[in-house]
Amino acid sequence: MSSIGQQIRAQLPYTKRNAASLALLIFAMVLTLSAFAEVGLARDGRLPLGLPLYGGGLVILGFAAYFVQAKFAPYADPLLLPLAVALNGIGLAMIYRLDLDTSKTKLDARAAGQKLAEDEASAPGQLMWTFIGIAMFVVAVLIMRDTKNGEGRFAISPKTMQRYTYIVGLSAMILLLLPIVPGLGGQVNGARVWIFIGPFSVQPGEFAKLMLVVFFAGYLVNKRQAMSLIGKKIGPLSLPRARDLGPIMVIWFFALGVLFVQKDLGTALLYFGLFVSMLYIATQRVSWVMIGVGLLAIGIFVATLLPFMGHVNQRIDIWQNPGPYFDGGCLVKSGEVVPVNPDTDLYKQAAAAGSQLPGQTACRKLGGEYSDSGQLLKGLFSLGEGGVLGTGLGQGEPWRTPLSFSDFIFDSLGEELGLTGLMVLLLVYALIVQRGMKTAIAARDPFLKLFAGGVSFVLALQVFVIVGGVTRLIPLTGLTTPFLSQGGSSLMANWILIAILVRMSHDARKPAPQAIQDEGMTQIVSTR
Amino acid sequence: MTPFTLTLIKLAFLAVLWLFVIAAVGVIRADLFGSKAATRAAQPQPARAAKLPKQPRAQQQRSAPTKLVVVQGERAGTVIDLTGVPITIGRANDATLVVTDDYASSRHARIYAQDGQWIVEDLGSTNGTYLGRTKVSRPMPVPPGVPVRIGKTVIELRK
Repeated sequence: MSSIGQQIRAQLPYTKRNAASLALLIFAMVLTLSAFAEVGLARDGRLPLGLPLYGGGLVILGFAAYFVQAKFAPYADPLLLPLAVALNGIGLAMIYRLDLDTSKTKLDARAAGQKLAEDEASAPGQLMWTFIGIAMFVVAVLIMRDTKNGEGRFAISPKTMQRYTYIVGLSAMILLLLPIVPGLGGQVNGARVWIFIGPFSVQPGEFAKLMLVVFFAGYLVNKRQAMSLIGKKIGPLSLPRARDLGPIMVIWFFALGVLFVQKDLGTALLYFGLFVSMLYIATQRVSWVMIGVGLLAIGIFVATLLPFMGHVNQRIDIWQNPGPYFDGGCLVKSGEVVPVNPDTDLYKQAAAAGSQLPGQTACRKLGGEYSDSGQLLKGLFSLGEGGVLGTGLGQGEPWRTPLSFSDFIFDSLGEELGLTGLMVLLLVYALIVQRGMKTAIAARDPFLKLFAGGVSFVLALQVFVIVGGVTRLIPLTGLTTPFLSQGGSSLMANWILIAILVRMSHDARKPAPQAIQDEGMTQIVSTR
Repeated sequence: MTPFTLTLIKLAFLAVLWLFVIAAVGVIRADLFGSKAATRAAQPQPARAAKLPKQPRAQQQRSAPTKLVVVQGERAGTVIDLTGVPITIGRANDATLVVTDDYASSRHARIYAQDGQWIVEDLGSTNGTYLGRTKVSRPMPVPPGVPVRIGKTVIELRK
C-alpha cells in the first residue's frame, strides 16, 4: 500500500517561529553588509560608496518580505526566507565586487581605443532584479494567502494548481519551445535558451521548470498507484505496463528534443532528472529510477554519435581533456586537437585577414570543430588560487574568467572565499533543499507532497549540474546558480519557488482545525 | 589597510559565514527537539497548577509520562513526544497519529492531558478502544505502561 498520504506527522507540534526567522534574517543581512564592507576595505581601505544603496536596499527588501511572511504565512518554515536572502546578498556583493573591476577594465579598454564585447557584471542591474524578485515573493505569498472560508473559487494556492495540471504542462512546453521561434529566440554562448523582447532578454526555461513540477505532480498523483502496483516482476525489478511507460517516454523524447534543438545538455538533464525523481517519490519504485537513468544514458550516448551534435560532443571532450582547448582549440577529423589560440600562427593569420572571430576562421581552414576551454580552465585556476581560505573578498582576480558573474560565479566566490566559504554556500543550498523536503513530508495532501518534493529536488539538481560543471565534475553546461548568478529570470523564478515553499510549509505546519466531536458514529468500515 | 588586518577581516568574514550556518542548524534543531521558547509556547501553563504546593507537583512531574510509543501494529516503533497538546488517533489524514488499519475509525480516540494526568477518550469508534482489558466507554486516565488498543495498533505511555 502506498503510504504517501499517510505519513506519520512530525512528533512535536509546530509553532510559529517568526522570532527565529527574524533573527536569522538579520544575521543574513549582517552577512551581506559585511561582505560589502570587506570588498570596500580591501580595495580602497574604507567602506564602499555603494554600501548604503546596496546594503540598505537589501535590508528594506528583506524586512518587507519578512513582514508579509509573518502576517500571511505565520507558520511558515523559519529558515527558507533568511537562507534565500543570504544567498542573494552574497551574490549581490560578489557582483558588486566584479562590477568594480569590469567597469575599470572597460574604462581602460576604452581609453586604449578597444571595445569590450563581453557581457559584464552589473551590480545596479542585479539590485533591480533582486528588488523585482523579492517583490515577486511578496506578491506570490499575498496571492496564495489563507482565505477565511477555505479556498474560494478564485483563490490561488499551490493546491489549486492541481486543477490546471494539463494547462500548466502545456504552457511549460510552449515556454520551453519559445527560444527556437525565429526572431524571438537567440543563441548565446552556443545554447539557444533565451528570448528577446525589446530591450529585455528572458530565459523562459527558468519559469518552465516550476510549471513542469506542477504538471508532473498533478499527473503522477492520478497515476502513481497504477504505476507502482501493476507490472511484471523480473527479479528485483518490476517492469511497468506499456501504457504506464508512455509518459516517461514522452518526457524522454521531449528532453532529448530540448537537447538537440537548443543544444543545452544541462536543461535536458534537469528536466529529465526532475521527472525521474518525482516518479520515484510518487511510486517508491527503484525500477523507475533505473529505467530513467538507463534511458538518459542511452539518449546522451546516441546524441554523441550524431554528427550535428558538435556542441554537446565538444563539451564532453573538453570535460575529459580541457588542456589543448585552452584559449581555443580545433578538433580536426583525425581526432586530434590543434590549438588555435592567440599565440599560434594560424590565429594570427586569420586575425591579419580581418576575421571577426580569428580562432573559428583558423579552425574552419583546418576543417575542424572549434571550441574553447579557456573559461572552464580559468575558473579552475580561480578555485586553485583561492585554496582553503580564499584570497578574501576584493583581493583576488576572479574577473579574469569570462562570465565570472553568472555561470562562473561559484568559481569567483571560490577564489575569494576559498573552500571554507564554498562549503557554507553548499550547506545553505542543502538546508533550503532539506527544508523543502521536510515540507513535503509534513504536507498532508499527496499533490502538495509531490509539488514540494519536486521543487526542492529541482533546486538541488540545478545546483549540482552547474557547480559540478564549473568544478569539472561533470561536463559544463550553462545553467544559472540559483540566487547567486546575475540574471533576472533566474532570480524571479527562484524567489517564486521560495514563496511556494513558504506557503506550503505554512499549510503543513499550521495546527489542524479542531475536530468536531459530535460527528455521530464513524461509518462502518468494510474489511477485506 | 595592512595585509595583516585584511587577513583578519577575511578570517572574520569566513567565521561569520559559518556562524550563520550554525545558527540556521540551531533553528532546525529546535524544531526537532524543542527549544525552551517553543516548548513554552506549546504548553499553555495552567494558572492553577502554579498555586499547588511544591512537593506534590514535583512528584507528579517526575511520574508523568513523556512519550507515547506505538508497541504493535503498522506504526510500531513510532514515538510521539507528549507536550501537553492533545493527540488524536485514527485513519483521518489530520490525526496526530495516522493508523492504516481497517479496524480503526477515521477519528478513533483522543489522548489529552488534564490536571497532570493523561486521559484517553473514545471518539465514538466502531470497534472501540481498550485500556488494558477494559473498553473505554468514558474518558479514563492512562497510567504509564498500560497498553491502549486501537484496532490492531497498541500504544503505551512511557516516562
